[in-house]
Amino acid sequence: MEPQSYRVTRADLVRYAGASGDLNPIHWSDRVAAKVGLPGVIAHGMFTMALVGRAVTHWAGAPDAVVEYGVRFARPVVVPDDDEGTVIEVSARERDAGEEGLTRLDITATCHGEKVLAQARAVIRKR
Amino acid sequence: MPLDPSFVGRTYPPTEPYQVGREKIREFAAAIGADDAEYHDPAAARAAGHADVVAPPTFPIVLTMAASRQIIDDPALGIDYSRVVHGEQRFAYTRPVVAGDELVCVNTLEDATSRGGHDFVTTRTEVSTAAGEPVVTVWSKLVVRGEG
Repeated sequence: MEPQSYRVTRADLVRYAGASGDLNPIHWSDRVAAKVGLPGVIAHGMFTMALVGRAVTHWAGAPDAVVEYGVRFARPVVVPDDDEGTVIEVSARERDAGEEGLTRLDITATCHGEKVLAQARAVIRKR
Repeated sequence: MPLDPSFVGRTYPPTEPYQVGREKIREFAAAIGADDAEYHDPAAARAAGHADVVAPPTFPIVLTMAASRQIIDDPALGIDYSRVVHGEQRFAYTRPVVAGDELVCVNTLEDATSRGGHDFVTTRTEVSTAAGEPVVTVWSKLVVRGEG
């Protein structure tokens, strides 16, 4: 499981908001984010989950090989308003899924060294 | 205000069918930076055994998030949406979503608890084709943050 990393900028959040239909302003407005007590504009939890999902399908070797996928959102991913944005690092360990042909992945996703997901797991079908 | 636990187990009427479009899948895949051929190219998807382009694993959130407003906006529950934070998310797939699918969501309020001044609401959405073929089961745990 080669670790993967994904850069996230404000432009990515705007594009994800449009594509997913999640227009919550905490994902694009500093004013609203500050008003609800956030340290800044944060990525959609589902955007982080989608990026980690890219790592999962990459490791599985096929985009349709995911049987189960679940996460707990442990910490918000703050995305600064600059050209660099932030980076999410994703790694995983293989575990026995207890069923023929299936592999369980225990996933770690961090931003600035802190875990942003907890209990992140996927079950994949190995080709 | 704590949620009324007697609502746990309540199932809502099926949503109107959602037509999964090829361009919507491409748009979603592009938005998450996923360039796999099966998401974009119908020929590649057919070669992998699918009728049309395949959706990325988290794509079902596009329809289930909209569908779960049935529960969030249920006046009997009285959830303040501006206080809702996404706590957990899980998908169990029977098969991937594919362009051309016509999908129906059936929502159930699976669990509602209160702890430390916050409410925790777990919704389960059974996503199936309009013809009744199961596609994916989706669980969302929402945290309704308490005031103060």
